[in-house]
Amino acid sequence: MSKACHLRRLFSIVCLLNFLYFLYAPVTDAQAQPPSVYAITHAKIFTLAGSPIEDGTLVIRDGKIAAVGASVEVPAGAQVLDAKGLQVYPGLFDAITQMGLSEIGAVSATVDTTETGNYNPDVVAATAISPSSEHIPVTRASGITEVLAVPGSGGFDSGGGRGTLGGQASAIHLAGWTVDEMLIKKTAAMVLNFPEIQTQTFDFSTFSRKEKPYTEAKQEYDRQINELTDWMDRARHYAQAMEKSSVSKYDRDLKLEALAPVVRGELPVLVFADHARDIRNAVEFCDKQKLKMVLAGGEEAYKVRDLLRSKDVPVILRPMLSLPEDEDDPYDRELSQPAELAAAGVKFAIASFDNSFARRLGQNAANAVAYGLPYDQALRAVTINPAQIFGLGSQIGTLEQGKIANVIVTNGDPLELTTDVKYLFIRGQLTSTENKHHRLYEKYLNRPKAQ
Amino acid sequence: MRIAKMPNLRSTRSAFRYLLCVLCFSYSASAATPPDAPSVILIQNATVMTVSHGTIEHGSILIRDGKIAEVGQSIKAPAGAQVIDASGQFVIPGIIDCHSHIAAESINEGSVSVSSMVTMEEVLDPDDIDIYRDLAGGVTSANILHGSANSVGGQTLVIKLRWGQPASKLPFEGAMPGIKFALGENPKRSNFSIPGQPRRYPATRMGVEETIRGAFSEARDYKKAWDEYNKRIAAGEKNLIPPRRDLKLEPLVEVLEGKRYVHSHCYREDEILMLLRVAKEFGFKVRTFQHVLEGYKVADELAAAGVGASTFSDWWAYKVEAYDAIPYNAALMTRRGVIVSINSDSAEEATHLNQEAAKSMKYGGLSHDEALKMVTLNPAIQLGIDKRVGTIDVGKDADLAIYNHDPLSAYAVVQKALIDGRVYFDREKDIANRAEIEKEKKALTEKLKKAEKKPEEKKQEEKKPEEKPKTPAPTSTPTAAAASQGGVL
Repeated sequence: MSKACHLRRLFSIVCLLNFLYFLYAPVTDAQAQPPSVYAITHAKIFTLAGSPIEDGTLVIRDGKIAAVGASVEVPAGAQVLDAKGLQVYPGLFDAITQMGLSEIGAVSATVDTTETGNYNPDVVAATAISPSSEHIPVTRASGITEVLAVPGSGGFDSGGGRGTLGGQASAIHLAGWTVDEMLIKKTAAMVLNFPEIQTQTFDFSTFSRKEKPYTEAKQEYDRQINELTDWMDRARHYAQAMEKSSVSKYDRDLKLEALAPVVRGELPVLVFADHARDIRNAVEFCDKQKLKMVLAGGEEAYKVRDLLRSKDVPVILRPMLSLPEDEDDPYDRELSQPAELAAAGVKFAIASFDNSFARRLGQNAANAVAYGLPYDQALRAVTINPAQIFGLGSQIGTLEQGKIANVIVTNGDPLELTTDVKYLFIRGQLTSTENKHHRLYEKYLNRPKAQ
Repeated sequence: MRIAKMPNLRSTRSAFRYLLCVLCFSYSASAATPPDAPSVILIQNATVMTVSHGTIEHGSILIRDGKIAEVGQSIKAPAGAQVIDASGQFVIPGIIDCHSHIAAESINEGSVSVSSMVTMEEVLDPDDIDIYRDLAGGVTSANILHGSANSVGGQTLVIKLRWGQPASKLPFEGAMPGIKFALGENPKRSNFSIPGQPRRYPATRMGVEETIRGAFSEARDYKKAWDEYNKRIAAGEKNLIPPRRDLKLEPLVEVLEGKRYVHSHCYREDEILMLLRVAKEFGFKVRTFQHVLEGYKVADELAAAGVGASTFSDWWAYKVEAYDAIPYNAALMTRRGVIVSINSDSAEEATHLNQEAAKSMKYGGLSHDEALKMVTLNPAIQLGIDKRVGTIDVGKDADLAIYNHDPLSAYAVVQKALIDGRVYFDREKDIANRAEIEKEKKALTEKLKKAEKKPEEKKQEEKKPEEKPKTPAPTSTPTAAAASQGGVL
């Protein structure tokens, strides 16, 4: 039998299977459909939109929070979850991760974080997110219900390059059979790795360090800024063309098209910069270009806090659990920064910038509290603040009627090391906290004693 | 772990910085002065977590000449004693980090697969700021290890974090010397290749085993030659020519003679059992397996061999051999009778080892005491220094960490750290000194700016005014860089 014949036969079998599926789909769907109404009762509820509710009830219907309060009726037919002695919070939001884009850092075949080349505004994280990543259930077990998957945000495997315009970050729920089900917002931000004046660089191809005189480094920086400015100018012209005529009238350019919402000031630009000088340069650039800037990294944000406050630039902070940049910095420089930013009125979120350490999100926020950040602000820095920063504040981040039901039920403070997440709802569905780590634990817990 | 963290570095910037720190810069820190050594100190009104005999509420610890002289509920301050009021605070034995790379000028001699001739003692850097930072995280002793680029690595050394003392005062007196071994991806160089350079043997786990067997075969012959020589000398023979001294084999002979501990980096269950077989074949003991992230799969075998396990709290997935790493590892091994410690492998991680230990309560349900042991008594046992440190008991060294909350909480902050009864870290003092340091820094920067404004210098080289002065670094060759980068994790 010829190959073509084989294929034809295979095709007809597939068609038949498809037909059978559609024939029986309604029946199986009805069987697999989970309950759509839940009531969490007798819990202490931290809505983050008002004071905590003692002995409260939270009703979830069709994926949304239907009601929350002290005297809320349990609807008929609701699946009731008695949470006496437990606490209810909005699920945590990790604002910078490579979730689904990177599985094992050292194995390039499993890493899709960073495209080659400097200008990739058209690539979208959601395209490469693997819903089967083991990181997803491991991460949500620690109470994180949604993340931003950020391309162009580095990783060792990227060979040292991150590009300048790294691509579009996607906001996703940490549950779903497909990426489409997981999506909160396919394009939540544009990644911009802001050019630095680098007098010291590292060449990954030869594994050696290179020194550059300042003037040369500055020239290289200016060249990059000119290039970036040129991209913005072209995008602006392109956006005007888009408004004035239909696509058939001009040559379509996917990269400029992707930048149109950026230059219109609609799409937040996630600007990676850490040193005070780079942050100042970035703020000036975004101001001039009228971009909606969100600072990412911000290790020295405290040095420019007044500028950030006056320009209303929010910050996604790296983990506090990191050492100071300079030897003569106070040893707790990174730990005390959130408290200083809060006091100065800078809006910020705390993020892991990672996958395997995403579950340290709460630990990082708690450490910020240990070094002076008010507790409620720490909680907001991992829930409502990131939601608001990416324009999702009306959908998630607090427990309010009408919001997407991303909810965690815990036996204590969700930022503390020893707290367990007892129940977790994502999009209103009771979602398992079971994961690869539990499975291996159970397996080896039950290993018979070795002979 | 500095270099070691390469695979899961947050950004190339930090990757870059790591490499720079480790490979290139040797900052000359203005040497701190060691604290006074008052002969009698009384810590009072504290919650004293002894680790060996429970927790004492409103407890006191009397320190005399650097040793713990008395522990109890109400101890009267002897005349002339310095009193530390620790009301509302928690005292634990100083934290012991069983896997550290601080205070070292270099980490990996990665050019050869057996680098037992090199030793960390010769590259001790008492001015490494990470000593102070880890001290501020309650760490008082640390096992300073060679990297993991080679199957048989360099000689290790236990130190006390006596910030301000010269290198000669850092080693933990009388502690057994050690040697680093490494199995798996790092010694076979899976994740590190240098363009244009051929692969180094071994490139497989099979080759790692043969490298170690080969080294011990040689060491056994070498020992035999010396034993023979010494026997004949003892029998009165004259004019004998001694065997030629071999600095590579000497430490391995010490391992065979039980005079040097083997601390072996490993991940996978198969390689763990491999080293146990090799150890049995040549008649030596493995003291600890380091990282040992799949230790939970062979916990019975580890317990039966009497080997310690020193692991991470919750690291995983940064490379293939860490893909089955689970945060329950410490608890699972503990439950099967293995002595387990939680280590840092990183100057940063060491600043919160108390928190990392706490995670074993969440993952696997260890008790508060069991968790605390993971960073105090257990690493002390593993390093053979438990007679001196690791618990709060009379006669032991006064190495203590004082926190403002239960140390097994993410909200706990170290207030003081004592070594040998001296307060080497005091948070209040640190904060009080900051303005002074800032002033000094400003003055130095001004001085530098002025110097740079001299016209003849300006012509030669333009410098941006903001740039901080950094000690020029020696140019690192690709080989040295890659070797160092070889990682420890």
